[in-house]
Amino acid sequence: MRRPFLSSPRLNDPAWRREFRLGCRDIRGPALGTLAMGLVAGVAMAKSGVGLGVILGMSLLVFASASQLACLPLMAAGAPLWVIAATACVLNLRFVVFSVSWRRYFGGHVRPQRVLLSYLAGDPVYAQFVQRHPVPSPTGRATVAQQGYFLGLALTNWAAWHVASLAGIFLADAIPTAWGLRFVGVLALLALALPMLTDRAVRCSALAAATVALATASWPMGLNVVAAIATAFVAGLWADRHWNLR
Amino acid sequence: MHAAHGVYAWLAVLALVGVTVLTRSFFLLPDREPHLPGWLRQGLRHAPVAALLAMVVPEVFLSNGHLLADWRDARLFAVAAALLYYLARRNDVTGTILVGTATLMLLRLGLGWP
Repeated sequence: MRRPFLSSPRLNDPAWRREFRLGCRDIRGPALGTLAMGLVAGVAMAKSGVGLGVILGMSLLVFASASQLACLPLMAAGAPLWVIAATACVLNLRFVVFSVSWRRYFGGHVRPQRVLLSYLAGDPVYAQFVQRHPVPSPTGRATVAQQGYFLGLALTNWAAWHVASLAGIFLADAIPTAWGLRFVGVLALLALALPMLTDRAVRCSALAAATVALATASWPMGLNVVAAIATAFVAGLWADRHWNLR
Repeated sequence: MHAAHGVYAWLAVLALVGVTVLTRSFFLLPDREPHLPGWLRQGLRHAPVAALLAMVVPEVFLSNGHLLADWRDARLFAVAAALLYYLARRNDVTGTILVGTATLMLLRLGLGWP
C-alpha cells in the first residue's frame, strides 16, 4: 500500500514540519513576484470585458499568469478556441521541460498525486525546489523532507497567487498602473534564474538563449521563448562537449 | 450580450485549465518511465534557466517592441541593483528581489522615471 502524500502521520513528523516551515520561508521573496503578477493578472481580468463569473472561474482554476494575460485579449476579441489553446500551449512549454525533472522526484507516486503536485508547481516552486534538493531520491518517491519542503513552497505560492488575483479583480480601480507591478514579477523570475547558472556550459547556453529571446521578441504567441529553449538545447549540447562535462 | 460572457468564455477557461494541467504534468502522466535518449536529457539540462531568462530579458530591454532609447529607465537600474546584490550576497534570492523592487519603486515613484 502506498501512503497518500498528505496523510496525517506526515503532519506529525518533525522532519516534515521543519522542512514545510523552511519551504514557506524560502518562497517568501519569490512569492512577492507571485503577488505582483497575481495583482496584474487580476486587474487585467477585471478590465478585460469578460464576465465576472468566467473571470472568477479562470482566476481560481487556471493558475498560470503568463497564459492568462496573453489569452484574455484573445477571449475578449472572440478568437477561435484553438488559437487560445495553442497560445497557452506555447506559453506553458517550459512546464513540459520542468516535468522531466519532476518525474525524477515524483515518478514513484500514484498518478493523481503526480498530476496534482505538478499543477501546483509554478516557476518559483521549481526553481527553489531544485536549488535545495538537486538530487532526487533513488526510489523515485520524494523523501519526507522533500515532501514537506515542496508543499511549503507550493502551498504558500498558491495562496499568494489567489489572494493577489482576487484582490486585483475586486480592487482593479484602486491599483495604479504606474507602480509597474508587472516588472516585480520579472525581477522575481530573474532572481530565481540566477542560482541555476551553476556551471560554465549552462552560462554559455543561457547567454545564447537570452540573446535569441531578445532578437525574436516580435514573434507572436510567445514563440520567442520556444526559440530560446531550442537555442539553449543546441548551444548546451555543444558547450557540454566543448568543456568535457559529463 | 458580449461573446465573452457565455458558453464560449467558459469553453475558453476549460481549454486553459486543460492546457495548464497537461503541460505541467506532461512527463508525469505515463505510469511507465518515459525513455528519453541521453542526448535529449543532456540538452534538457540547459532548458529551464533558458526559459526563465527568455521571459525576463525582453521585458528588461524592450519597450513597446523597441530597444530602450534612453538609459534613464527604472527597469535597467532595478536589474543592475539586483545583479550587484546577488553577486555580493550569493544565493540570497529574496534579498535580490527586494533590492530590485526597492530600486524600481524609488526611481518610478520618487523620480517619476518610466
